[in-house]
Amino acid sequence: MPSPADRRYTKEHEWVRVQDDLGTVGITDYAQDQLGDIVYVDLPSPGTQVKQLEKLGEIESVKAVSDLYSPVSGEVMEVNPEIMDRPELVNQAPYDEGWLVRVRLAAPAELDNLLTAKQYDELIAQAQET
Amino acid sequence: MSSDQPPPLRRTALYTQHVALGGRMIPFVGWEMPVQYKGIVEEHHAVRQRVGLFDVSHMGRLEVTGPDAATFLRSLVAYDIAGLAVGEGHYTVVCQEDGGILDDVYVFRLANERFLMVVNSANVDKIGDWIQQHFHSSLRATMEDRQMETAMLALQGPEAIQEMARVAPTVAEGLPGRHCTEAPLAGVTAFFSRTGYTGEDGFEIILPSAAGIDLWRHFMSRGIQPCGLGARDSLRLEVALALYGNDIDTTTNPFEAGLGWVVSLDDGADFIGREALLRIHEAGVRRHLTCLKALERGVMRAHYPVLRSGRRVSELTSGGFSPTLGVSIGMAYLPPELVAVGTQLEVDVRGKPLPAQVVQRPFYRRPKAT
Repeated sequence: MPSPADRRYTKEHEWVRVQDDLGTVGITDYAQDQLGDIVYVDLPSPGTQVKQLEKLGEIESVKAVSDLYSPVSGEVMEVNPEIMDRPELVNQAPYDEGWLVRVRLAAPAELDNLLTAKQYDELIAQAQET
Repeated sequence: MSSDQPPPLRRTALYTQHVALGGRMIPFVGWEMPVQYKGIVEEHHAVRQRVGLFDVSHMGRLEVTGPDAATFLRSLVAYDIAGLAVGEGHYTVVCQEDGGILDDVYVFRLANERFLMVVNSANVDKIGDWIQQHFHSSLRATMEDRQMETAMLALQGPEAIQEMARVAPTVAEGLPGRHCTEAPLAGVTAFFSRTGYTGEDGFEIILPSAAGIDLWRHFMSRGIQPCGLGARDSLRLEVALALYGNDIDTTTNPFEAGLGWVVSLDDGADFIGREALLRIHEAGVRRHLTCLKALERGVMRAHYPVLRSGRRVSELTSGGFSPTLGVSIGMAYLPPELVAVGTQLEVDVRGKPLPAQVVQRPFYRRPKAT
């Protein structure tokens, strides 16, 4: 299935969907599938400043731990209140209820550094060939 | 291209079944094995609540036969396996001279002069060499490696008995825990034991490869959940079963690993490592493999440092997330003053201290059958 076209992607498998100056951030379906059962997500508190493509937090699956990178720079405004008690939402609905944080964009022009859905799907297709 | 590439991965007889079922294949000690099919947590719960099926054909299977089979094997393992009745099995360890553990094994007595030893896949060559090294020509015994010609399945969970009753009713009815038997199954002779590595009731079955594929397909047609290495690890950790290479190795002895019950020192027989183990037993051990449970969210993993008031006291030998308890659990060797249940420790989770406490071993015990 193609990735949703209403958002941008990092090569590290995060997505951001922007409405006004607020970016909602999550991980892709490919990422959740590779990670397997997600059991814990470590995210920054609201008020934290994050930078594009720098570490945002960590995501733990039964198998392994992975770093999360922020697709955009700005201030964390909100952490998904459901995600602490139900980290499996990231597996079940990575593009919807499984979102992670909302960031107020400091530099909207940064979005140009990110992949479109089509470019991201090409990246995944390449990864699966090798 | 480099000339010293690792040898190609080996595949069990069930490889094509795993791929057809969507198993995610990974390299594991030289084998290409499924780590999961649907997901580790779902497979884990299937075994705790109903029944699951594992391909464990990568495990080593050595058959030792002959008038001196019992004496010879007794000289290699720590438990008095010469005292086993026919049809009985016991878990034990192979030690080196200093008492360090070379492998943990399951020994079954198939007949008076015929034994089966199931060894870790990572240790098959090491144990094969060890046996050759200690064999001498005056011994009337032979060893055969049964791995290549057979498959080995593990059917595990509270409903394993009902499923076994459908394919081998006499086995299901008549086989007590830790016992084994050979019985006909669909035209071949199969080995059955009431054993496993999950903490649940269950059976392990060894049979010719083609028959193994048929039996696997039968269990799949019954809707039984196939389970991979991921669930195998989370299930064994909840019941604090040692994993060779993590919790036990040549630098650990059975007493500190909590395996004193697999060592026989007073049956009058000598075995490799006995003198060292006797000394260790008399002197007492300086550390104990201990169960730790995280008190907050986060996942403790093998090799993370264990801290006491900020000071490093050990490291985890195993760690992970317990699907049954819903928290992270792990094991570590700790000095006697830190092993009391309730002792507060921290585990260094990539620079962040995660509070943990010592709990009873094991973490999980299956409900008693009624």
